[in-house]
Amino acid sequence: MTATTLNPPARAAGRESGLAGAGMLLKIWLRRDRVMMPSWIYGLTALVSSTVYSLKHEYDSPAALASFARGINDNPATRALYGPVLNDQTVGGLSAWRVGSTGSAMVAVMCVLLVVRHTRAEEETGRLELVGAASVGRRAPLTAALLTAVTAAGSLGAVAALVMIFFGLPVAGSVAFGLSWFGVGLVFAGVAALTAQLADTSRLANGLALGVLATAYMVRAMADAGSAHWLSWLSPIGWAQRVRPCADEQWAVLLLPLAAFVLLVAAAYALTERRDLGAGILAASLGPAHAAPSLRGPLALSWRLQRGTVLGWSAGFLLYGLAIGGVADGVGDLVNGSDAVMDDIRKMGGQQDISDAFLATAMGLMALFTAAFAVQSVLRLRAEESAGRLEPVLATAVGRTRWAVANLAVTVAGTIALLTATGLAIGLVHGARTGDLGGQLPRQLGAALAQLPSVWVIAAATMLLFGLLPRATSAGWGVLTVCLLLGQVGPLLDLPQAVMDISPFTHTPKLPGGDAAPLPLIALTAVAAVIAAAGLAAFRRRDIA
Amino acid sequence: MNDVVQASGLVKTFGRTRALDGLDLRVAPGEVHGFLGPNGAGKSTTIRVLLGLMRADAGTASLLGGDPWRDATALHRRIAYVPGDVTLWPNLSGGEVIDLLGRLRGGLDQTRRDELLGRFELDPKKKGRAYSKGNRQKVALVAAFASDAELLILDEPTSGLDPLMEEVFQECVQEEKRGGRTVLLSSHILSEVEALCDRVTIIRKGRTVETGTLNDLRHLTRTSIHAELAGPADGVPLPGAHDVHIDGNAIAFEVDTPELDAALKQLTQIGVRTLTSRPPTLEELFLRHYEDALAEEAVS
Repeated sequence: MTATTLNPPARAAGRESGLAGAGMLLKIWLRRDRVMMPSWIYGLTALVSSTVYSLKHEYDSPAALASFARGINDNPATRALYGPVLNDQTVGGLSAWRVGSTGSAMVAVMCVLLVVRHTRAEEETGRLELVGAASVGRRAPLTAALLTAVTAAGSLGAVAALVMIFFGLPVAGSVAFGLSWFGVGLVFAGVAALTAQLADTSRLANGLALGVLATAYMVRAMADAGSAHWLSWLSPIGWAQRVRPCADEQWAVLLLPLAAFVLLVAAAYALTERRDLGAGILAASLGPAHAAPSLRGPLALSWRLQRGTVLGWSAGFLLYGLAIGGVADGVGDLVNGSDAVMDDIRKMGGQQDISDAFLATAMGLMALFTAAFAVQSVLRLRAEESAGRLEPVLATAVGRTRWAVANLAVTVAGTIALLTATGLAIGLVHGARTGDLGGQLPRQLGAALAQLPSVWVIAAATMLLFGLLPRATSAGWGVLTVCLLLGQVGPLLDLPQAVMDISPFTHTPKLPGGDAAPLPLIALTAVAAVIAAAGLAAFRRRDIA
Repeated sequence: MNDVVQASGLVKTFGRTRALDGLDLRVAPGEVHGFLGPNGAGKSTTIRVLLGLMRADAGTASLLGGDPWRDATALHRRIAYVPGDVTLWPNLSGGEVIDLLGRLRGGLDQTRRDELLGRFELDPKKKGRAYSKGNRQKVALVAAFASDAELLILDEPTSGLDPLMEEVFQECVQEEKRGGRTVLLSSHILSEVEALCDRVTIIRKGRTVETGTLNDLRHLTRTSIHAELAGPADGVPLPGAHDVHIDGNAIAFEVDTPELDAALKQLTQIGVRTLTSRPPTLEELFLRHYEDALAEEAVS
């Protein structure tokens, strides 16, 4: 009566469901994601199309496909990494195998990042409080975030299916493939919706959700590598596989991710009702009342801030090294019958011995990932500055040079840790499989560590940006991307050597197997030192903002 | 003795904005010096120049007898700084940050640290990300007050503190002063400055508009008078009086301080029953400065 006259009916209804304003938020968020979302969709679709295209061209007969597939299915390591090939007769079956598990994990990452970015991250920065003060219902932010993620996963699944149909794969298989990715996206959007309620920071929310993803992937890997195949029914990644795109599609399996999504989202909504804005369900953890005696200088501070990242990346590199070491020995069988692949690998690696060529390519890839670590590690200098945490530190007896060098020291130590983990893991497993542990361990470790100087050049370039153009420090990612493109695409396009020489990775010896000349490594290290010193000098001269 | 802070003719431009435009500032040893100005007047920029975080385009600055840019690290051992907007490392507890900042400076009085934590009612175990704005300020304040610095540079240090904590803060500053330390207190909370500061410098648009003791500044302005007279107050000639309100025998007005004596003589001729006089508050001083400036701008 009085209430209804005061409140227009539509608004009152919106209040009750807590959804008022969800449409507006969805619009804002889709706009905010107008670059990020299409980039993900483009990247993952490109992965699908390049896979289908290369499989079509390199394995032109069912016999070649089958022999390739046999190599995979006989090797527990490749089964663990990608899953088994379910249909070894068609390009569709092999494509679904090659990008099914790994690609769906990427879809999951996309959905987790999208949901957390629009829920917990918004709350953490306090922007949601502003929005919340406007007439926005309690459930609206979560609803809009989920719709954003569902839109992204749905579009991705649809585009991926269309691309596969365009390349002439069976329509049913292509649709099943798109839906299997969509299903994984749904599940992890739900997982992220839940962790965003549990955790009180976006970092923790992302970490928890990605932890669930890693567990799901591991469970599937164990199921596929061993004999307990039923285990993969417990993993959302396993569900995507069991939809069996292009291998006698099992449509009913798609009900599993749908059900999981409904349950997770219901739980997330229930938790939203039970907590305050800004708070998480998990209690915020407490720290010590006093600093440990070791926390006494800029080096200790920088290590303290980065140790989690360094340890996390090292663990990832170790796992990757173990997997690579496990497949290196059998890689000769894998590419048997495909001269094109052999040629490609030789072009990239430049060696005759196929295992070495494979490992050298893997090492090059790890160098790129290590450089990515290095860029984000150097970017922390800028993050400290722009967040206002640098100012109080520099107002103490710590000088600029000491502070910056301490941070760079952690970056350098981190890169060494990452590549040591890779080299040791590859050396151990590959050595054990080939029965030459004493020989392979130092050989692979050396090959991994030989990547360091080129990584340092990229890190130093980022430092130079930080010193000269602090606002453009994140262009360090651009430097890395250009070098990555030169290395990956340059040889295929036969770019002139002068252009290729811009990238430090061009000068890194192709190890193991290549010529381990020390000169390029010394030269690269010197170049890195000079660039970093120039960056430091510029940083000493400029204003802190 | 030499001034602790000596800045003259400081100029600093960011693109087209002139953040500092010939600013002068002198802080004497052992004094609490108020540094006043509206937002964007250049207070923080001046402090950043004094801390060697920025280099001025022109002018000279010296801090504790040294060059703020060249001798930064050596000088900073003798300085404690509290920024106006404290950000903490999200993963470090407040206690860790206090200890760390103390160690980076070169020393921290543990007894004083624990005492201050109690007085400011700060839980040192919380992680940086869990503190409210006011509690983040407290972390930096405890670190500064527990140091043995000769000079405290406080840049709007009490933003976000509740009135009780504001009182604790004022006690702490007074203790620092008794301990012989120098404090440069940038603020726009005038009651705080009025309660604590020996001298103040008022700046506007990067330039110093007034500097001196509060008494000096008061002398330049008006005193408000409220009196009840023996007879009707109509027609009393009051030179230099403003805002005169007369109600029967009661009279209230403001008078330019140099004319105070003459005005009082006029009142005593009628006969004074009660008299209250109040010196201008800093707030009134401050507002008058800016009103004048605004009026000038409106004219030009």
